[in-house]
Amino acid sequence: MAGAGSVSNLSIGAITQGTTDDLMKIIKIFAVVVVVVGVPAAFFMRWDWLNPSFQEATGAYPVYGLKLFYGVGWTVFLLLSSCCLGFMLAIPIGLVQVTGPGWLAAIARGFCTVIRGTPLLIQLWLMYYGLGSLFPSIPWIRESVFWPILREAWPYALLAFTLSFAGYEGEIMRGAFAGVPKGELEAARAFGMSPFTALRRVWLPRAIHQALPTLSGEVVLQLKSTPLAATVTIFDVFSVGTKVRQDLLIIYEPLLFIALVYVTLTAIVVLAFRYLENLVPGKRA
Amino acid sequence: MTTSELLPLVIRWDLLALEPPGWGMVLLRGLQQSIMIAFGAYFVGLLLGLGGALGKLYGGPIVRSVLEGYTTIVRAVPELILILILYYAGTQLLSQIMQSYGYGRFDINGLAAGIGVLGFVQGAYSTEVLRGAIQAIPVGQLEAARAYGMPSVLRIRRVVLPAMMPFAIPGLANLWLIVTKDTALLAVVGIAPSELSLATRQAAGFTKQYLLFFLAAFFLYLFISLFSNWFFRVLERYFRRGQAKLS
Repeated sequence: MAGAGSVSNLSIGAITQGTTDDLMKIIKIFAVVVVVVGVPAAFFMRWDWLNPSFQEATGAYPVYGLKLFYGVGWTVFLLLSSCCLGFMLAIPIGLVQVTGPGWLAAIARGFCTVIRGTPLLIQLWLMYYGLGSLFPSIPWIRESVFWPILREAWPYALLAFTLSFAGYEGEIMRGAFAGVPKGELEAARAFGMSPFTALRRVWLPRAIHQALPTLSGEVVLQLKSTPLAATVTIFDVFSVGTKVRQDLLIIYEPLLFIALVYVTLTAIVVLAFRYLENLVPGKRA
Repeated sequence: MTTSELLPLVIRWDLLALEPPGWGMVLLRGLQQSIMIAFGAYFVGLLLGLGGALGKLYGGPIVRSVLEGYTTIVRAVPELILILILYYAGTQLLSQIMQSYGYGRFDINGLAAGIGVLGFVQGAYSTEVLRGAIQAIPVGQLEAARAYGMPSVLRIRRVVLPAMMPFAIPGLANLWLIVTKDTALLAVVGIAPSELSLATRQAAGFTKQYLLFFLAAFFLYLFISLFSNWFFRVLERYFRRGQAKLS
């Protein structure tokens, strides 16, 4: 008993040690970047466009600070909704590859291959330009209640991002489902759980827990893909940066600023997942 | 109801023909450009990555922290923004250097710019892959090489590089797939003219056959990926020869 206790203490110690070490490393790099890039940038570059009173001073340009705020909203909306919907799709995609009938597994595998084998940009343009040019020519779609929504750009972006996330995440969920120890599933069956209850209570939670570290990386990758939405007229952070660049003819300032926004969002995602991972106690390598 | 009634927008497959009314040749040339950019960027990335991995493992504290900053920042910022920053900063820097040596204005080659920018981004990812692979080499093999009196360059060439390959190939295969797909990002920035995505967008915009051309590009990219998957499987089998099979 004492032995087991000390082992678990040790592992918890190792976890907290690891996280603080990682955090310290990141904070150190951040501090260096702030000193090397941020301080000169603050003094030698032009930041007045971030000021809310910028508009009154010039009169000609919109308030970029407010636009940036909405842009972050669009980015976060696309990220969260596509990750949630994509993850819901990824669960069956991963599951049928582990237990499903052969033809369903083949479809799921094919879907993952196709999504992972083509650029997200092409998928997005295929949805927005391809489907978007097809829909208006089909009368019953044009007359349906969804038409006002289908005329916007964001449903296509959301669809493309969701399918992309489902493709990448389905592959990971397949590994996670396969990685849950058989004994735990047999134990669930031995308790008389129906297959669905066993999936809901044992298999899925264990698989999600196993997939969390990879999931965190995938969400960060998804965040870094969201600027592509700017190419289909969605006004996210990236396109606000582009607008500032074109309006004021300054290049580096808006790019550096939105890079900072994305780095901050990345940090939030990573920290949130670390919190989720630590909710479940356990040994980690 | 027939299909043509369901799809009033008739797909004109003849536009994919290779001869001038068709855009097939434009797409294929774009494919070739994309593959060339991907090859170049992958190669530049591998060189940067090898240097970065060796620097991270055996370098002094300053080299190590510089490389740590490089890999962390490049992997935390979206590729699209990096490509823009690197493109503007890179061309400005180059033209300043050229002017200081007395050359006049010059236009940078789109192909070279794409390779340089994507290669710099790839370098950060390659650094991490190669570092992990080198660390996975059993220490005994490196110690044996040192015990034979091999100097460090010979040791890297004869022992470190061949021994790390089986560990590196899955990661390197992934990076190759990423770089082929990242060439599409150049279309957003418009750096490399006649690269596949940009060519597709021009063809689609000109003919208004968006679905057709984006589907064509979709399958061309898919073809690259499937072919690469097959190639890397063969390569991995080659480098794993003589190793115990993983269960």
